[in-house]
Amino acid sequence: MSTVAVEVVYRGIFQKTLARNIVRTIVFAARKEGKIGTAFGRYGDSPERNGIPAKQFAVVADDPEELDETLARYEPTEVDVTINVDDTLCKGVESWAWYGLQPINQLTKPDGTLIVTSWQDADSLIRDMHQKDAPIGLSIVKGTVSFSGLWVYKDDHTDVRILGTLAKVCPQLVSLESMLEAIQEQMDNETKVASAQKSFDLASVRPVEPGEGNPETPYKFELPGWKTMEEGVVIRGIEAGAGFRGGDGGYQPVRSEVFKKYSTRSMRPVINFETCIKCTLCWLQCPDTCFDVTPDGLYDANMESCCGCGVCEAVCPVPDCVTMVSEADFEDNNSQYEMWQEDKQGYNSWMTALVDKQKAETRTHGFHHVGGYAEEISEMTEA
Amino acid sequence: MTTIAPSELFQTEKEDLISGSEAIALACALADVDVITAYPIRPYDTVMQYVSKLKADGVFDCDFIVAESEHSQFEIVKHASSVGARTFCGSSGVGWFYAFEAITVTAGLRMPVVAMVGNRALDDPGAFGTEHNDALAVRDLGWMLYWVATAQEALDTALLAWRVAEDPNVLLPMAISCDGSFLTHSQAIVNVPTSDQVQKYLPPYDRGKLQLHPDNPITVAPQVNEDWLMEIRRQSDEAMQRSVSVIRDAYEDFKKTFNRGDPSPFIEEYMTEDAEIIIVGMGTLALPVKVAIRRLREAGRKIGFVRVKFFRPFPTEELRQVLGSSKAVCVVDRDYSFGSPSFAGVLFHELRSALYSLENRPMMLNFIAGLGGREVHVNDVNHMVDIVQKAVDTGKIEQESTWIGVRE
Repeated sequence: MSTVAVEVVYRGIFQKTLARNIVRTIVFAARKEGKIGTAFGRYGDSPERNGIPAKQFAVVADDPEELDETLARYEPTEVDVTINVDDTLCKGVESWAWYGLQPINQLTKPDGTLIVTSWQDADSLIRDMHQKDAPIGLSIVKGTVSFSGLWVYKDDHTDVRILGTLAKVCPQLVSLESMLEAIQEQMDNETKVASAQKSFDLASVRPVEPGEGNPETPYKFELPGWKTMEEGVVIRGIEAGAGFRGGDGGYQPVRSEVFKKYSTRSMRPVINFETCIKCTLCWLQCPDTCFDVTPDGLYDANMESCCGCGVCEAVCPVPDCVTMVSEADFEDNNSQYEMWQEDKQGYNSWMTALVDKQKAETRTHGFHHVGGYAEEISEMTEA
Repeated sequence: MTTIAPSELFQTEKEDLISGSEAIALACALADVDVITAYPIRPYDTVMQYVSKLKADGVFDCDFIVAESEHSQFEIVKHASSVGARTFCGSSGVGWFYAFEAITVTAGLRMPVVAMVGNRALDDPGAFGTEHNDALAVRDLGWMLYWVATAQEALDTALLAWRVAEDPNVLLPMAISCDGSFLTHSQAIVNVPTSDQVQKYLPPYDRGKLQLHPDNPITVAPQVNEDWLMEIRRQSDEAMQRSVSVIRDAYEDFKKTFNRGDPSPFIEEYMTEDAEIIIVGMGTLALPVKVAIRRLREAGRKIGFVRVKFFRPFPTEELRQVLGSSKAVCVVDRDYSFGSPSFAGVLFHELRSALYSLENRPMMLNFIAGLGGREVHVNDVNHMVDIVQKAVDTGKIEQESTWIGVRE
């Protein structure tokens, strides 16, 4: 029995076509070797929401009988290769369904491989990943995370570069020849075949040992049984006035303790408290009411609630007062307001550095991506 | 109605990687369906997406009408069918229920509409996963009902559906049930036949003297009272009875034309020959059950499986024959019937009724599983088999119906 499973973890809508190209091409490549396969998106992720972590799978087997069980499931119990097409998902995956936070490597088999597209180095990615009690390999496909706007596919060769890497790190799946043949057949583009070949040649694997990585236990959601669940499909609301500090104390709404969604975030806002004019727009427009009102009337974005949509940045009338910056630069969800209170000068220089870095980078969170990526391809394929 | 040269796409037999929904959309193109109506609801909407893509890509032509509700959607195909158009539509969950008035008159008027039901849990609570109560609700109304297990079977069954439904001896609508997610959203390798093969298999829809047309002046659906109604119902009853042999013939012809198919159009048997315990279920449940049975067989257990494909007409004869020699039947319902005779599932009660007249009746146990799309795992199957085995060993049924995989 030799079933090989691959998952692609991606950002809903923005990277859907990318994920679909990868899983479908895997099955077509396997078909060239007489194997049979299935490709599917996890149903609970659909209809997809902007930026919400989602998954697609390719499962390849020697015969149809082996595939049977896979076809009646939402996801395999383990995979040979996890492909992560947005490096910020190394922090964990929280799907549209209430699963709590799933470590990026949760389904990766012992001695399996995690492929990540990123400009970050291995150590920096491993710091974000949760520890696992078995060794796996990490293979980095160097490049800018492939994000396009809504329903726009950014054909920057990320799909074929991953497929080339996959053929190298998981030879039991398919040979490079079959992979290249399938790419040519499906995409009808010789430069994409060349990109895949190049990625195959460049691919390397860095072993990740047990104990390496983030030691935190990812948060979970305990599901009640039918005897303990309230009848009538009811969810208790939050008590009126809860969180209201009164007077000049500001307002910090009570939020659900069981539903977090910050793994949706590939970027987060940083706030310049010095230039804020207290116009309330971020607080009003935030779709997730993530802005806490501070006792002095400033607004502090609560990172346990922020989904990274960038609306606050878009509505803020003050230049550089709210700036979306890469999520990869953070390792906690701590309050920026408290940081600023403790050390205003320190905070300001930290925040300004992040803002400057973002201005120099091409990273976007997908919501208002502006095209222009042809020049990125050669830069990445040479890396 | 619309005529178009067969697409180049269907000149040669080929295989593709497609979902059950895509397979049914391709069947619509192959069968050159004239009128297709749509109204979005998940997971059925994947079919309308692919149909509209095939039309936009020029693969085939049809009147593709996106209605303003499911009710209108089903009304439109009913009317189109009356003037001789081959029709297709579909829905899911409460969308199917919203169309219910139109659904019942479609059967009452003997319109051979073919519909796809992307099985979905009924509201409330709003959920997307598969559950069979949506499609099952039409079981008494004169709709033929079928549950498919694979994308290939979805394509094949759609072709069979128009052939049987439009047969002058039947003229009844048929619903093809596809489990939401597992079929509608999973892509598998499917053999796509050629237009020539399909044309050979599927004659044009000819409503004959019942066609509403200026040259054939008729009134359809006048108001009647008790002096007419029973005869009309008896006709529908007879048409459903006739459908059994029409299905059998159409399936034999299907196998000859396309070189694939099971021995029976009504049920699929799996390792039943010497089975002491036979599991019965519908749809994609077959996949984990077959895996479990293969492992149980390796351990020497005599377990088999029967997948009910046609729920209407109900394959009573076939089921009596295959289940009559077993010791116990393990019925897995992906549905519920609250307050029913055994507080059990719909399939269980139908099956018990079908087996009642057997001289040696097997023991019967029911399991409610996989509601709302909850996965049924191999371990769940083993658990059910253990419960049934205990009943066989002790000769006693402790509990007729058991919920599997529910959190206490």
